[in-house]
Amino acid sequence: MDWTIIQQSLPNFVQGFKLTLWLSLVGIVGSIIVGIITSLVQYFRVPVLKQILNVYVEVARNTPLLIQLFFLYYAFPVMGIKMTAETCGIIGLIFLGGAYMAEGFTGGFNGVSQNQLDAGEALGMNQFQLARYVVLPQGLSLSVPALAANIIFLIKETSIFSVIAIPELTNTALDLIGMYYRSNEYLFVLVVAYAIILIPVILLLDWLERRVRYGAFGN
Amino acid sequence: MAHSGISVLFEGTNFARLMGGLWTSVWIALVSLAIGLLLGTLFGLLRTLRSRLIRFVLLLYLEFFRIVPTVVLLFLVYYILPRQFNINMPATWMAVLAFSLWVAAEFSDIVRGALESVPKHQRESGQALGLNQWQLFRYVLLPQAIQLELPATINLATRVIKTTSLLLMISVMDVINVGQQIIEANNQTHPTGIFWVYGLIFILYFIVDYPLSLWAKHLTAKQKD
Amino acid sequence: MAEEILKVEHLNKFYGDWQALHDINFDLQKGEVVTLLGPSGSGKSTLIRTLNGLEPFKDGNIYFKGEKVEPTPKEWQKLRQQIGMVFQSYDLFPNLTVLDNILLAPTKVQKRDREEVKKEAMALLERVDLADQANSYPRQLSGGQKQRIAIVRALAMHPELMLFDEVTASLDPEMVRGVLEIIKELADRDHMTMIIVTHEMNFAAQIADRVLFLEDGKLLEDTPGKQFFEHPQTARAAEFLSSMEF
Ligand SMILES: Nc1ncnc2c1ncn2[C@@H]1O[C@H](COP(=O)(O)OP(=O)(O)OP(=O)(O)O)[C@@H](O)[C@H]1O
Ligand SMILES: [Mg+2]
Repeated sequence: MDWTIIQQSLPNFVQGFKLTLWLSLVGIVGSIIVGIITSLVQYFRVPVLKQILNVYVEVARNTPLLIQLFFLYYAFPVMGIKMTAETCGIIGLIFLGGAYMAEGFTGGFNGVSQNQLDAGEALGMNQFQLARYVVLPQGLSLSVPALAANIIFLIKETSIFSVIAIPELTNTALDLIGMYYRSNEYLFVLVVAYAIILIPVILLLDWLERRVRYGAFGN
Repeated sequence: MAHSGISVLFEGTNFARLMGGLWTSVWIALVSLAIGLLLGTLFGLLRTLRSRLIRFVLLLYLEFFRIVPTVVLLFLVYYILPRQFNINMPATWMAVLAFSLWVAAEFSDIVRGALESVPKHQRESGQALGLNQWQLFRYVLLPQAIQLELPATINLATRVIKTTSLLLMISVMDVINVGQQIIEANNQTHPTGIFWVYGLIFILYFIVDYPLSLWAKHLTAKQKD
Repeated sequence: MAEEILKVEHLNKFYGDWQALHDINFDLQKGEVVTLLGPSGSGKSTLIRTLNGLEPFKDGNIYFKGEKVEPTPKEWQKLRQQIGMVFQSYDLFPNLTVLDNILLAPTKVQKRDREEVKKEAMALLERVDLADQANSYPRQLSGGQKQRIAIVRALAMHPELMLFDEVTASLDPEMVRGVLEIIKELADRDHMTMIIVTHEMNFAAQIADRVLFLEDGKLLEDTPGKQFFEHPQTARAAEFLSSMEF
C-alpha cells in the first residue's frame, strides 16, 4: 500500500464522492415521491392507473438496473432520444427505486391493523379521512424499515452508474486503476469512501427505525 | 429500420449464443446461492450463540457486505486475488466466490432473524416436553424458521439473479456481454439491433425473476392469515 | 312518551355460507341500558358491530331514531357520528396524544370548533380522572386508563347511543372497576342510551334495564333486567347464569 499514490488520487475521489452523494440524494428523493404516489394509487385502487402502475412496479423490480441504464443510454439514442449519462442514471435509479419504495409503502399501509380501521370508522370517518388520519401516519411509520433498506440499497446501486461512464466513486476508481495499474490503493480508498457515506446513513436510519417502532407499536 | 433490427436476434447462432450467456448467468446465480445459503445458515446459527467474539466477528463481516456495493466486491476479488495472492482462476469462479460470500452475509441475517422470531413460548413448551438443545433446534425452531424465512430467501435469490448483470464488468461471458458482441458485430448493417438485443435481455431477466417474486409474495400473503 | 332510538327487524347475517345471526328483533328506547349476554361465540360482537355498520348484513331492517337505515357506506358513515363504540382492545391511535385522539373526530369529521371541543374534552378527562394525561401517548398509559380515554373519545362526538363490546375483558382485575364506574355514571347521571356486551355479571345485573340473551346467533330472551337474573325464562339462560358463578 503506497500512501503517496492514495494522496495524489484524493482530489479525483473527492469529485466522485460528491457526485455519488448528489446522485444518491436526487435518486432517493425522486424514488420516495414516485413510491408514495404509486402506493397511494394502489391503496385507493384508482382504476386503470392502478393496473398501469402494477405493471410498472413488477417490471422495474424484476429487471436489473444495469439493463435499464443500457437501454436509456445506448438504445434510446437509436430511436432519437438522447440524454446525458447523468440524466439516464437518475431516471434509471428513480425508475427502479420508485418501484421498491412503492412496495415498502404499500406493505406499511396494509400493515395498519383492522382494529385501527374499525376504530376510525366507528368515529364516523369517511374513506378519505381514514386514509389521512389513520392509514397514512401509521402506515408510513410501519414502512420505515423498508424505507431504510431501500435508501441503503439505492446508494449502493449508484455504483452501477460506472457502466455508462458517470464519474461517480466506482467509475473514478476504475479509471484510476486502468491508468496507473494500482488496484490495492484505489480499491481501498473506494471502500473507505462508501463506508464514510453509508455508516452515518445506517446509524441514522437505525435510530429513526427505533424511534418510530416505539411510536407505532406502543398502543 | 426497426423491423430489420429484430433479425439480428435470429441471424446465425446469435440466439443460441444469447441463451448460452443466460445459462452462464443463471448457473453462477445457482451455484452462488447454494454455497451462500449453506454458509449463511452456519453463520446465522453461530450468531445466535452466546460467544461475544464470534458474534462480533460475524457482525463485522455482515456490516462489510452491507456497506460495499456488489460491483465493488467483484472488483475486489477480480484484482486482489491474482495480484496480491497470485491466485488465478477463471472470472466465472471469482464471481461465484464474491456472490457466495455476499449471499452468506445476507442470509445469515435472515436466519438469525427467523430463529429469534420463533416465539419464546414455543421454545419453552419444547423444553417442557423434555427436548434437548439439538432436538429443540431440529424439531421446533428449524421448521418454523424455514417457513418464516422462505419469502425473504426467494427475494434474495431474485436479487442474486439480477446482480448477475454485473458480471460483464469482470469480463464474464454472460448474457449481456454476448449481447454487446452481437450488437457490435451488426452495428453497420443493423443499427437498431441494439434495441432488440437489450430488449430481449430485459425480457429474459424478467421471465426468470418475475415468477420467483410472485411466489415470494404469495407466501407472504399466506403467512398473514 | 319514550323516544325510540333503535329498532332491529328480522336481521340475518352470514359469514360466507354460514349464518351468524338468525332473525334478530328488538328495539331500544332513549335512556335505556341493555346488556347483551351470551356464551362465547354466540354472536354478541357480530350483532353489536352490525348495529354500527362495521359488519354488512344480508337482510332485515335497522331503524335509527325512527328512520330506516340505508346500509350504504355513506349512510353508515353519517350515522356513526351519532353512535359511539368502544372496543375490547381500546384501539387508541398510537401516533396521537390522548388529547389529539379525542379531538380528531369532532374537529375533522364533525368540523366543530377546536377550542370549544378542547374545553369539553378537558372536562371529560377531568371526569375520568385523567386530565393530567392529556399530553401523554397511549403507550404511556395502563390498560384501564386507555379504556377510559377510549370512552371519552367516543363521548366527545355527542353520541345518542353508545355500544360497548367487552370493554373490560382485557383489563387487569384492579382496573375493571374504574371503567365500569364510568359506564354506570353514564347511565345514572347522563341517562345515556347504551348496549353493553359484558361478562361481568354483577355489573350487568346492576346496570341492565333489559337483558338480551343470545345463543348460536339466536335471540332467546329479551327480558327486564331484574327478571332475567332472578327468573330467566329459558332453560339455556338459566344454565348460562349458573355457569357464570357470580
Ligand atoms: N369475520 C368472521 N368470519 C367468519 N366467522 C366469523 C367472523 N367473525 C366472527 N365469526 C364467527 O361468528 C360467531 C360469532 O362470533 P362473535 O365474535 O360475534 O361471538 P361473541 O359472542 O362476541 O363471542 P366472544 O364472547 O368470544 O367475544 C363465531 O362462531 C365466530 O367464529
Ligand atoms: Mg365478542
